[in-house]
Amino acid sequence: MATVVLLTFTGLGLGALYFLIASGLSLIFGLMDVLNFAHGALLSIGAYGTWWAAFGHLPGAGFGGAGFVLAVVFGTAVGTVAAVFLEVAVIRPLYTRPREQILATVGVGLAVPALLSAVWGADARPFPGPKALSGTFGVLGAEVPLNRPVLIGAALVVLVALKVFLGRTRHGLVVRAGVEDRAMVTALGIDVRRAFTLVFALGGAAAALGGALGGLYFGSVDPGQGTSLLIFAFVVVVTGGMNSLTGTALASVAVGLVQQFANYYTTAGLGDVAVVVLLAALLLVRPRGLTGRLA
Amino acid sequence: MTTATQPRGRARTADQPVAGRSERLRRATRWWPLPMLSVLFVVPFGALPLPGLLDGPIGSPGNLQLLALCLVFGGLATGYDLLLGRTGLLSFGHALYFAAGTYATNTVMLEAGLPFAVSALLGLLAGVALSALLGAVGLRVGGIGFSMVTLAFAQAASILVQRDPGGVTGGEEGRAAPADRLPASLVGIEHTANLYWVALAYLVVVLAVVQWTVCSPIGRVWEGIKENERRVEVLGLRPYGFKLAAFVLAGTLAALGGIVYLLLTGGATPRTTTSDFTLSLLVMVVLGGSGTRWGPMIGGILYTWADQRLGDLAGSGAVAALPSVVRVPLSQPLFLLGALFVAVIYVLPGGVVRLPARLRAARPSRTAADPEEVLPS
Repeated sequence: MATVVLLTFTGLGLGALYFLIASGLSLIFGLMDVLNFAHGALLSIGAYGTWWAAFGHLPGAGFGGAGFVLAVVFGTAVGTVAAVFLEVAVIRPLYTRPREQILATVGVGLAVPALLSAVWGADARPFPGPKALSGTFGVLGAEVPLNRPVLIGAALVVLVALKVFLGRTRHGLVVRAGVEDRAMVTALGIDVRRAFTLVFALGGAAAALGGALGGLYFGSVDPGQGTSLLIFAFVVVVTGGMNSLTGTALASVAVGLVQQFANYYTTAGLGDVAVVVLLAALLLVRPRGLTGRLA
Repeated sequence: MTTATQPRGRARTADQPVAGRSERLRRATRWWPLPMLSVLFVVPFGALPLPGLLDGPIGSPGNLQLLALCLVFGGLATGYDLLLGRTGLLSFGHALYFAAGTYATNTVMLEAGLPFAVSALLGLLAGVALSALLGAVGLRVGGIGFSMVTLAFAQAASILVQRDPGGVTGGEEGRAAPADRLPASLVGIEHTANLYWVALAYLVVVLAVVQWTVCSPIGRVWEGIKENERRVEVLGLRPYGFKLAAFVLAGTLAALGGIVYLLLTGGATPRTTTSDFTLSLLVMVVLGGSGTRWGPMIGGILYTWADQRLGDLAGSGAVAALPSVVRVPLSQPLFLLGALFVAVIYVLPGGVVRLPARLRAARPSRTAADPEEVLPS
């Protein structure tokens, strides 16, 4: 029982991490039809930003208490700025060439981790995390590390915030309308390109937050972390039905849980394969993903 | 139809001598791949040094190895372009079929002890079967979903290879090919020239197969799918089967390339299974020019050569002496290649093969602009 509880919490934590990446991916894809291969790089930037700030480069930030919160905020802000820069400098000049937009993000996705490993080394850097979050707590006889519920909580906050933003605000309305029919929104005299930048900023912020909290989950940061998480985020996005936020949330929980349980009860690494096999099976049965709203 | 051809025929008679000469020139230069091929064929006998491009004489074993790698990747990129440039399918899992050829052949030789020829055939079949199976599943989703699914499949295979199930794949170190199972003429540094010719033969085979299929009726349907899949459907054809045919053909050519790569490097390494490997194929194709006859090949050769030379550059003394702001990015070949890739997309749409045409287009417009400026005065 204790193992099942621990595995559930770990799977949910991993699912939360996937959701933080996949939510931005599916928003960007839904609105702009751009598959952002640089999204993993944004996560890495967030992780390194947090780590850099917490290691005493930012006054007031550190690995304890309020200093850590400041470091996470700083990392998220850096990731957001990087995402906006990516949209304005790389994606925007290529609006008329959608295929090239994807290829350009591939190039950025290759270059940024390489640059990070050039500056801070290719090896993983330890990410201690605050004392208050490094302990464990007991649930039903299991000792669950505290960072799991922190991740789950962060993902829930992001989910609710995105839902409120999309459902209750005017900008959110433009984004939702753009996902439905971009040409029509443009024809109604609304500048969708502002929404593009906004969506990139939101997605980048979520991914960078995922990077900062991923440091807690893994206990270290390394340049390739973002890219390896990105691939599972792709699986999540396809499973969830490409541009539905709820579908993405459900799929990330499913993928995280399946991966953890299969990794524990079979041999290590088989869980990662099991996720992909499940994806293949799902595509055979329902080619449009879980929620079935494929564009 | 006749009215359209009439003026063109008259125009040709008007400047007959010029047209005749350019026609003769065109007919003569149409066969340029043949002398190129014979030059490539005799490279192992050459002692010509190419300072800056290669270290030492061109026929030395080290350089032959590099050139052979360039040729293999030229062929591999050409095969990959069958999906990207000819059918419009953006696959991110092409490394899988390449690695399938390498690993299946190597594993059969090591575990079953079969001779190389039989193992290579089985490896090729493994590539065909795998691409048919995964293509059939992946093509059920269209557009970008297909890209993500192929990426996920390749990643799963990559993880599987690195986990080393049952000691078959050799994990992160990979496994060396058994020298006693390989033909003696393809083993050892003194036989590098033979390996080079094998690589050249692979490139020629890929170019021929791609050219032949693209000109065949099925190739026209691929072109139609690339331009507008809906219209192909309206014409009464089912794109799924045609796309699957392109996928399997590209996978087969990649598996064949994997077998040549196994001979060339003497083993299977997990580096060839990673998504970075597929992305480098993508860079090659875009660098050279997607959807053209020679572009992907040129891109593959350029990329492989640059990758090798940039690695040397990064480790050289000239870079170590630079200030750290410049040195740090230069020491990462992947950073340079990623940045180069983005630059090519912006500055050189259509790749390197479009460069002469773009230069030619730029020149007359400048000369034509001059009289315009004179006119108002």
